[in-house]
Amino acid sequence: MHMADALLSPAVGATMWVLSGATLGRSATRVRKTLDEGRLPLMGVLGAFVFAVQMLNFAIPGTGSSGHLAGTLFLALLLGPHGAFLTVSSVLVVQALFFADGGLLALGCNLFNMGFFPAFVAYPLIVRPLLAGAPGQGRRALGIILGAVIGLQLGAFGVVLETILSGRTALPFKAFLYAMQPIHLAIGLVEGLATLALVAFLARTRPELLETQSRGRSAWKGALVVAVMALVAGGCFSWFASTRPDGLEWALAKVGQQEIEAPEQSLHGRIAHAQARTALMPDYAFKGGGESRGATSLAGVGGGVLTLLIVGGVGIALRPRRKMA
Amino acid sequence: MANFGDHLRELGALDRLASMDTPIHRLDPRAKVLATLLFILMVASFGRYEVSGLLPFALFPVILGTLGEVPWGLVGKRVLMVLPFALVLGILNPFLDRSQVAFGSWTLSAGWLSFASILLRFALCVGASVILIATTSMDGVCMALERLGLPRVFTLQIALLYRYVFVLLEETLRITRARELRANGRPLLLSEYGSLAGSLFLRTWERARRVHVAMLSRGFEGEFHGASPPHFRSKDAAFLMGWGAVLVVLRLVNLPHLLESLLKGVAS
Amino acid sequence: MSHHLLEGVQLCHRYADGTEALRGLDFCIRHGESVALVGANGAGKSTLLQHLNGTLLPTSGAVKIGGITVCKETLRDIRRTVGMVFQDPDDQLFMSTVFEDVAFGPRNLGLPDADVETRVRQALDRVEIGHLAHKPPFRLSGGEKRRAAIATVLSMSPDVLVMDEPSAGLDPRSRRQLIGLLKDFQHTKLIATHDLDLVLDLCDRTLVMHQGKLMADGPTREIFADAALLEACHLEKPFSMQGCPVCGRT
Ligand SMILES: Nc1ncnc2c1ncn2[C@@H]1O[C@H](COP(=O)(O)OP(=O)(O)OP(=O)(O)O)[C@@H](O)[C@H]1O
Ligand SMILES: [Mg+2]
Repeated sequence: MHMADALLSPAVGATMWVLSGATLGRSATRVRKTLDEGRLPLMGVLGAFVFAVQMLNFAIPGTGSSGHLAGTLFLALLLGPHGAFLTVSSVLVVQALFFADGGLLALGCNLFNMGFFPAFVAYPLIVRPLLAGAPGQGRRALGIILGAVIGLQLGAFGVVLETILSGRTALPFKAFLYAMQPIHLAIGLVEGLATLALVAFLARTRPELLETQSRGRSAWKGALVVAVMALVAGGCFSWFASTRPDGLEWALAKVGQQEIEAPEQSLHGRIAHAQARTALMPDYAFKGGGESRGATSLAGVGGGVLTLLIVGGVGIALRPRRKMA
Repeated sequence: MANFGDHLRELGALDRLASMDTPIHRLDPRAKVLATLLFILMVASFGRYEVSGLLPFALFPVILGTLGEVPWGLVGKRVLMVLPFALVLGILNPFLDRSQVAFGSWTLSAGWLSFASILLRFALCVGASVILIATTSMDGVCMALERLGLPRVFTLQIALLYRYVFVLLEETLRITRARELRANGRPLLLSEYGSLAGSLFLRTWERARRVHVAMLSRGFEGEFHGASPPHFRSKDAAFLMGWGAVLVVLRLVNLPHLLESLLKGVAS
Repeated sequence: MSHHLLEGVQLCHRYADGTEALRGLDFCIRHGESVALVGANGAGKSTLLQHLNGTLLPTSGAVKIGGITVCKETLRDIRRTVGMVFQDPDDQLFMSTVFEDVAFGPRNLGLPDADVETRVRQALDRVEIGHLAHKPPFRLSGGEKRRAAIATVLSMSPDVLVMDEPSAGLDPRSRRQLIGLLKDFQHTKLIATHDLDLVLDLCDRTLVMHQGKLMADGPTREIFADAALLEACHLEKPFSMQGCPVCGRT
């Protein structure tokens, strides 16, 4: 799922921009250093491929709905984590610009949720070790599907955290989490199956293209342990969340207070303060119950209508003459 | 799979718009990208229940869209496209957030305000992004991103992606059409998906190889030499500073409230 | 500079998958010549052309350009001398506008911006698409793309033009215009093509390839008159040399 501008607070958005930007910079340096120059056009054209293949829908057996490939894991199998992150990032930028998927402020979140987790966590920790050596069909399927599922679970968790920390929706953390994770379990399975179908096709037709990833140590048992541990940890986490909901909300609220609210306090607080001094009708925010705020909100309506009229008027006044002639 | 052709057409339409010539198109892409970022940042910085303070921000997309001659139908369509998403995420607010707010004689749950706020944010942010891309060429955006510190390798990725997305979407369209002609409306199965996506991938791979050869043939040695970027003129600086000031003022001063009290002053 | 511009000596190429695409070619093309390379699909034409600017290197044997052997060390100079026009112009036009595309080569040569600009203008005017400079490649017609692709090569001011199927996918009129354009070029030309009528118009000399070997090398008209040779190489006489289907006259 794409995180959207409208759900973000500037602090969360900016933090994720910094994180993703740093990853991007590192990936770019690594790609320049380690890949031969033929990879450069390859990555660009593969970005276009991912874009196109994301629109290719297939039927999901037994459900009547359809799914498609997101492609990060597949790219990681071809290009390694750094190349995959760069390529997926370029896809996300174009989608944000042209199809308003997410938006500019949310770009940092989206690169992280949909690029970082699959490319830098799921791929190196799960998929690469599981596929090392000469994997049989079963091990290959296991590695790819586990990798896709875990990558998407982490991404979904990222979306939940970012949304809650931004505080633009009233969704309670737990309810949102319980909605998102199972949905993304399904999406992860679809992603895994689609990646597997593509990889199986390539293994049949052009096995040499996938060779790059079968190098590396054959530590697939270790990876399996990591994967199982991840799943167990996830299970424990949900159990903890369901039995001690207040504890978790409290922990999150605390994190929010310390790390997110703090920068907001400095910027927001000051802005709010300045607003209180400059605005003729101060303190417009409704925190908690607003008992005697009737006048304030009513005040907003007339002024709001007038504002829109002015904006509309400006638009009409600026209309190019050419069109009218 | 109807949305294939749609996507292709929409990309084409946006690209054609971006190659028009209006005062907004002529501005330096850096100025536009920065102003849009600032706009989104300001919109995002409002608290959960803010509605009236967000309204004046419509000024930015309205002015840029009008001067840039962006068809409003297109902007509206884009906003409508993300609307379901906004609805899903916001619709629970009125039910979850039941603290009451008095509206003159009647009351309303505060959740409705935060819901309206989310919808408004969506419309503003999506509108501003669409207008940015409809008034700025992809080349310009890449140049701006590079100047803003993104790595060259990355902006190059974006440029190549954009160049070949048209070619590949058309190729995909051909492949899927060929399948559909034989499939009699049967949906694409996962078993076929592998070979369909796979052959698309192999074609992509071969094309990438040929593109690389074409680059090598023209003296490419791993280093891209773009055109030196145009000068950031005083006009561009004025645009950026002007909007910067306006946006910050709109963030600090609640214009609707100001107008309201003026109205009251006139009335009494 | 040697009198022989393009020279192949026992040129062999085997692809990574084991395909023997070239099996010992010897040829020699002199300054100012316009030579055609014909052969059925898979004969090895494209493979041969890619050796001429070093995008493929010989498995054994050698290619010499102006007396210089093509190898890793000489690639830089070779690629300035030999300009290659590819089969699919979409592969060659990888930048965002025609101008940027044509400027790509000169910029790689390290020329200053002003020189790049003049070179681009000259190249675009040469193929008569100066008005398309700022269009993106995907917005061009097939014929315009082909011209743009040729301009990208001309901007490098090469001595030799090597073209892979330049008339493929063009309508008859665009094809005519392209032939007219190429006729005016003073460059040494090597054109791989299935369009034997284009060969008749443009090239005095023809090389015939079949299954990685050179089967014939001689004046175009003589070769096209040799029915047995054409038959053996899976080729057909150009239309203009076939008998009139109605009256049987040539
Ligand atoms: N990258 C490659 N890897 C392996 N084999 C290849 C590769 N490219 C070409 N071949 C093989 O080499 C042989 C010669 O191919 P080439 O492309 O040179 O033929 P061509 O004469 O240009 O054919 P056409 O007229 O169809 O363009 C063919 O058998 C082809 O299958
Ligand atoms: Mg060929």
